[in-house]
Amino acid sequence: MADIIVPAFKQAINLLASGNPEVYATVYRTIYVAGLGTLLSCLWSIPIAVVLGLYNFKGKWVIKGLFNALIGIPTVALGLLLYLLLSRQGEFGSFHLLYTLNGIAIGQAILVTPIIVSFTANALGASDIQLRDLAKTLGASGFRTNLTLIRETIWSMILSITAAFNRGFGELGIATIVGGNLLGETRVLTTAIALEINFGRFDTAMAYALILMAIVIALALTIALIEHIRQDGAWSKLSLWRGLGGN
Amino acid sequence: MEIKATSVHMQLVDIKKSYRNVNALNSISLDLQGGKIIVLLGVNGAGKTTLMRIMAGLENADGGELFFNNQHIDCKTLRQVSTLVFQKSAMFSTNVYSNLAYGLRIRKVPKELIQKQVAEALQAVRLSGFEKRRAKKTSGGEQQRIALARAFLLDSSVLLLDEPTANLDPNSASIIERAILNQKKPERIILMATHNLTQARRIADEIVHIYNGEIVEVSDPEAFFSDPKCEISRKFVNGELEF
Repeated sequence: MADIIVPAFKQAINLLASGNPEVYATVYRTIYVAGLGTLLSCLWSIPIAVVLGLYNFKGKWVIKGLFNALIGIPTVALGLLLYLLLSRQGEFGSFHLLYTLNGIAIGQAILVTPIIVSFTANALGASDIQLRDLAKTLGASGFRTNLTLIRETIWSMILSITAAFNRGFGELGIATIVGGNLLGETRVLTTAIALEINFGRFDTAMAYALILMAIVIALALTIALIEHIRQDGAWSKLSLWRGLGGN
Repeated sequence: MEIKATSVHMQLVDIKKSYRNVNALNSISLDLQGGKIIVLLGVNGAGKTTLMRIMAGLENADGGELFFNNQHIDCKTLRQVSTLVFQKSAMFSTNVYSNLAYGLRIRKVPKELIQKQVAEALQAVRLSGFEKRRAKKTSGGEQQRIALARAFLLDSSVLLLDEPTANLDPNSASIIERAILNQKKPERIILMATHNLTQARRIADEIVHIYNGEIVEVSDPEAFFSDPKCEISRKFVNGELEF
């Protein structure tokens, strides 16, 4: 194991130090598709989560259960479905999204939707009932009360978005089937790793894997650092934070 | 609807509330006048908190009506005229200043005025200089004083205090008591629930005794503690009431 990992570290550093444009482009493409996919998903996932987390209606438990179940959807199954929909003969073939980065991003947006919806809805639903009463007794309208509760659970929301990004960042099925792993066009870190393994170049595959993990860990540490600063009170000085919920 | 008057009056008529077939309040009728501290006494589960939540507009009564200055009042309007301080104080995850400013910002009070009022309110509960502290990281006694200051700032016509000194050290309780006494004025009804009979005797202008969701006695403190009119109140004062 050490025979592979130590040279892989060196290979990873060499790959990055060599200035090979394809390596950097692969890293960029991976961040782009996962980032765009997560952002796209937030557009519909957060409103759905707010409705599921803060409002009561008939059949809510069925919808929540469905989203919870879809968290574990196999990426190859979703990739296959998207392939059929995006292929020339498919319902969305006219959009020419197959074998494009945007096609992968859309696939990842669908993939991460259950993660953002479930985690955010659960965080909102579990928010202290007394905070809701407190906001109301201090004169907040229903809308303002909900904004306050969203602000109170914003860190759970950020964590769910981070988890969604990481899921998209590390998935292989959609990137392979929808993206096609085209060199210089749709190759991302996960498909590059799979390819290098197929060629038996384990050190290069491990190098790509280390870059992938380094980015995920760096993101997690950044979020943890921001949360730490926020808990110490410095975050409240930011006007954006105060603007949410009026606090 | 903007309701404000120089001397306030609240009337509860035949208020009923039940939870899953258990009667929490059973035909509560009360007349509350501004300028007094009305202490609500009762054993655990008597219905004190439920009554306060209905008066704060946080819950709908199953039956009965509420009148404020002789006008019928609904839940939404109740929330405009009354503020409830909870037994277990809740704090937003921000600093003390933002916690206090919350209600004022909703009322679109100018920033300079908020700063002035927050400083005064903190001074009233002896927490000057606490503005930048994280509210949730303050002690239980400090949080209760922050909660009171936050409610005082809104200058509500009906101030509802649900056991505001429960589980607090005597020093914090004394600061809170004095701050509450300073809030007494004709334009405000103060209704405070407590289990502390000594405290009730010390600060009450009127005692309301609630038992099993019913008002069993309304009287002045001297009469209530020395010569209760009903047997339940006598047992309660003597600590003999089973519940």
